[in-house]
Amino acid sequence: MSMTITEKILAKAAGEKTVSPGQLINANIDVIMCHDVTTPPAVSMLEARGIDKVFDREKIVVTPDHFQPAKDIKSAELHKRLDDWAVRHKIKHYYKIGRAGVCHALLPEQGHIRPGEVIIGGDSHTCTYGAFAAFSTGVGSTDLAAAIATGQMWFRIPESIKFVLNGSLSKGVYSKDVILAVIARIGVDGALYKAMEFTGATLKEMSMEARMTITNMAIEAGAKSGIIGFDETTKKYLDEHLKEKIDYTIYESAPDAKYAAVEEFDCSKLEPMVALPHLPSGGVAISDCAGKQMNQCYIGSCTNGRIEDLRIAAKILKGKSVAIRTLIIPATPEIWKQAKDEGLFDIFYEAGCVIAAPTCGACLGGFMGILAAGEKCVSTTNRNFVGRMGSPKSEVYLASPATAAASAITGKLTDCRKYL
Amino acid sequence: MAKAHVYKRDHINTDEIIPARYLNTDDRAELASHCMEDLDADFIKKAKPGDIIVAGFDFGCGSSREHAVWSIQGAKISAVIAQSFARIFYRNCINCGFYPIELADAVNLINDGDELEIDYANGVINNKTQNKKIEFKPLPDFAIEIINDGGLLEHISKKQKV
Ligand code: SF4
Repeated sequence: MSMTITEKILAKAAGEKTVSPGQLINANIDVIMCHDVTTPPAVSMLEARGIDKVFDREKIVVTPDHFQPAKDIKSAELHKRLDDWAVRHKIKHYYKIGRAGVCHALLPEQGHIRPGEVIIGGDSHTCTYGAFAAFSTGVGSTDLAAAIATGQMWFRIPESIKFVLNGSLSKGVYSKDVILAVIARIGVDGALYKAMEFTGATLKEMSMEARMTITNMAIEAGAKSGIIGFDETTKKYLDEHLKEKIDYTIYESAPDAKYAAVEEFDCSKLEPMVALPHLPSGGVAISDCAGKQMNQCYIGSCTNGRIEDLRIAAKILKGKSVAIRTLIIPATPEIWKQAKDEGLFDIFYEAGCVIAAPTCGACLGGFMGILAAGEKCVSTTNRNFVGRMGSPKSEVYLASPATAAASAITGKLTDCRKYL
Repeated sequence: MAKAHVYKRDHINTDEIIPARYLNTDDRAELASHCMEDLDADFIKKAKPGDIIVAGFDFGCGSSREHAVWSIQGAKISAVIAQSFARIFYRNCINCGFYPIELADAVNLINDGDELEIDYANGVINNKTQNKKIEFKPLPDFAIEIINDGGLLEHISKKQKV
């Protein structure tokens, strides 16, 4: 019975007493996240096979985000297909434009993520929701289609790797720097097929927003899922955000649970990090890359487009001017409004930034800040693959909102601690 | 004649296989016309139906976009042989009825342009150019069952009928 938190959640979802790594299970799904890129094809697959049904209209959450507002005719067609389907099946939690936002910021904020549940989404960064002591993983359109129709999905129980994060972060160092350091150490396939379980004192001092930045990037180490145990911070966030179903089950890893590996990190020694192109594992300390000329700064996305991120950026940009084009993209309408109400937009405006509506936008090279050949962008997003934000000859440098904002002021990769 | 197109690279990601700028469609023919575009812009001109992609570790890492598999299937590539696969891509292949072949040292055992023949039932790649037979570990039975049924949705429909 010495199971990890991940094994316990999956065992419950499969109706088994115990499970162990490698075992195949059929799990009941609690929440399915659907967005504009991968869901329309899933719907078409179901329609083509005459199984156009949804297993539970209350357990599916729909939001267009990748190309919203529609960037061209083809994406408008995708949105139309998504909308037709969501309306036809009376999907209860359908966030239409105006209330739509970047999926992984929107679902927790709107109270759709509960501890102990199994969540899937047609998006690789669905692993974000593991910050709430839930099992959560990204799937492709076929898995999504099957789950929409049946409410179930086959899984192989993953092995878990435990990451023990010790020490307090020093000034100017954030959860983004921690996860970039973790991936720099283990590599982009360092946790392939596995669950990354994060524990340790460093996490205790982090908000839920900061924790989500960590689980968000589990996929960048090849992981199936990322997970963080429940504590007072989790509870407080849930108390403020859960709306309808406010009960949940808390699971935690047994003290003698088995791990494929245990990795310890002394986070107190970390410096601000930047992942150099073209892999998220390219993380180096800012002192090793400062001074590199940038052309654009992008602050947003499911990794770092939350209110806390915008506050940090505003703190640094206050009273300054940006030297390069700088895009600020609040991840959800609620974050957008909060930033406006707190006066952050004034700071961004004075500094010369562009403020956009919630969207994935240029994070995946969709629109709203695409890079030309030869251009370099310091970005708070999670991927710096070749061509990720535009031309295959452009470069993306991943960093925290603080590092991105400081770099926007000088136009070069810059140590944010100078501005704090 | 199945020709190998060997990419001696690890971590070939879904943005290279099918760039996000084309994700505004799920039309397979159109996706196929951009297959591997940001890795090798000439790929689609060189690749003939039945050809095989060979790559290093962690092929298909990155996004969950099944469009990556569809573009490869759309381009009529008959197989991808990689030293390892990223998880979601691997799963998407199986779900689409496409057999992902995992082969340690693939990029050294197979040269660009080699002619290959794959015996799925016995887990053997016949490298005709080098006159060499290479064994690979077949997928688990349940995955083969899904592939043989033509993909996950066909598999589920079939099971529900039974
Ligand atoms: S913000 Fe970027 S990484 Fe996050 S869901 Fe959107 S495209 Fe994906």
